[in-house]
Amino acid sequence: MTVKTMREALNDALFQEMRRDPGVIVIGEDVSGGAGGSSGSRDAAGGIFGVTKGLMGEFGDKRVIDTPISESAIIGLANGAALAGMRPVAELMFADFVGVAMDQIYNQMAKFRYMFGGKAKAPIVVRMSMGAGMNAAAQHSQTIYSMLSAVPGLKVVVPSNPADAKGMLAAAIRDDDPVIFLEHKALYSSKGEVPDGEYVAPLHGASLVQSGKDATVVALGRMVSFAGKAAAKLAADGITIDLIDLRSTSPIDEEMILESLSLTGRLVVVDESNPICSIASEIAAIAAEKGFASLRAPVARVTAPHTPVPFARELERMYVPGPDRIEAAIRKAVKGE
Amino acid sequence: MQQSRTDILKAYRQMRMIREFEERLHIENRSGEIAGFTHLYAGQEAIAVGICEHLTDRDYISSTHRGHGHCIAKGCDPRLMMHEIYGRADGLCKGRGGSMHIADIDKGMLGANGIVGGGPPIAVGAALACQARGDGSVAVSFGGGGSSNQGTVFEAMNMAVVLKLPKIFVFELNGYSEHTGEGYGIGSDLAGRTRGFGLPVFEADGFDYFSVYQAMADALEHVRAGKGPCALIAEATRYFGHFEGDPQNYRAKDEVKTLRETRDALLRFRRKVTEAKLIEAAELDAIDAEIVAFIEDCVTSARKAPAPGAEIMLSDVYADY
Repeated sequence: MTVKTMREALNDALFQEMRRDPGVIVIGEDVSGGAGGSSGSRDAAGGIFGVTKGLMGEFGDKRVIDTPISESAIIGLANGAALAGMRPVAELMFADFVGVAMDQIYNQMAKFRYMFGGKAKAPIVVRMSMGAGMNAAAQHSQTIYSMLSAVPGLKVVVPSNPADAKGMLAAAIRDDDPVIFLEHKALYSSKGEVPDGEYVAPLHGASLVQSGKDATVVALGRMVSFAGKAAAKLAADGITIDLIDLRSTSPIDEEMILESLSLTGRLVVVDESNPICSIASEIAAIAAEKGFASLRAPVARVTAPHTPVPFARELERMYVPGPDRIEAAIRKAVKGE
Repeated sequence: MQQSRTDILKAYRQMRMIREFEERLHIENRSGEIAGFTHLYAGQEAIAVGICEHLTDRDYISSTHRGHGHCIAKGCDPRLMMHEIYGRADGLCKGRGGSMHIADIDKGMLGANGIVGGGPPIAVGAALACQARGDGSVAVSFGGGGSSNQGTVFEAMNMAVVLKLPKIFVFELNGYSEHTGEGYGIGSDLAGRTRGFGLPVFEADGFDYFSVYQAMADALEHVRAGKGPCALIAEATRYFGHFEGDPQNYRAKDEVKTLRETRDALLRFRRKVTEAKLIEAAELDAIDAEIVAFIEDCVTSARKAPAPGAEIMLSDVYADY
């Protein structure tokens, strides 16, 4: 184990998988950077957040492909290359840019296997940075996993820590289905222990971060650490929780959530996204349908409001569910006040 | 086209306003007071101003992530822009948009844009409204070399041709698309490609206000004669990174320094009008000093302005819901 940032852990996974399988290629804007620049130096960017740094040096421009700013064609490139036998890792820079490439994701990549009678596979990873926290405003801060999780054929994962970032990216690359891989931009510099050497983690399945008796708290992405902070405060008052890191929003690990709910009787879901048709509402529906008998309190959803992500620091702080709001929601679920 | 002394002084004032606004933001960004992503326009002033000096509030523009220059040139209030960039409640967009989303519809400014290639289709729609009004108004989209490679822009160009709209596609080539040279990303001659869509192309020296001003006059003449859309392509540079904080490893060490010394749009403007004895250097100096003081005051008032509250976050998602 070595302490690394999530950025370094993701970079490790790309090196690991590209060394292992010559069919793995990386595609996107500035994944290397510097092509055609006056300094003459390639790898001038290594990805907008530095995740693909150094790949060009080892694997060259046939496998590390800088593209024009053409999101639709980037995903199309990945789609066609995958159908023809490669394993592309496409980067969309910011998850918000998915809008430009939506047809290639939603009508094409997601449906190949099904439409084509099970005879096609699309082993594609689409990496995107997501989330608020950098005051990047309405078109560079969204958490779009609920929208994409609603599309049959796409797998959607959201790692919350460096070890998972490495292991899940490796697993996503090896997976034979298209995987939307969402990296929270406020977590790139967060640190954690990461297994050395070849490491692959389960792509799906939630993980129990800590266990307690009073409530089940399901969180994902950046919200996992915020919920952990809330839990630490509640523990001082004798309230303990099961904290579940969801990890994957498609599929969702219903079993772990329902099992925990059967023990605690209370469910709080923490989701940075907008509330309507969200992962939080999906989990609330699962509890209502399959865990109703366990519920001793209404399910609580802690989410962003139904607004675009605002720019100003004060506004973004209010927008993002913080540890205080999470703590209050858990307290209310447990104490009913 | 001959410009009056008043016009020339106004154009210089606008260019200086943009330059000072951006140079000051570059300094303020380091203080940590400004949140989010800021993309500066310094180095390209001659383009925004050379084009917008022809436009009125009834004409429309769409802009880009590098939008401050277009906003100022189109008449947005620089003080309210500064307040917006500082995320203040009394900013031009109530602190909700920030640098990348400044807009002022009353001024015909349809927004800076966080999506590369997001603006041109919108401007095509505005051109449709201009055509329907039949008052000679036009719509202009600004975009860089990066946007010139977006499918959205290809579709917008073809749509404008099909509908014969009063629409001018401006492509500002500042040498880079984010961290990659434009020469890499644009796979063929941009003017030729644009002509292929059926758009006549007017080319200008983007470092030279008068060159841009003349090219825009020609473009407007074409569009207002009802001949449909056209394009205006101008090369310039950006003095700063793709965004503030960009280490610019893709750029040769002295590239910006050399360009500042040899091709600067403001220095060239000054030389041209003083050598032609149209304007006294002292008049330009006075404008410079006035604007430095004005921007200082904008920063001071932005710092003191109130922060937005929850009511601002929660309002205006809909007219009614």
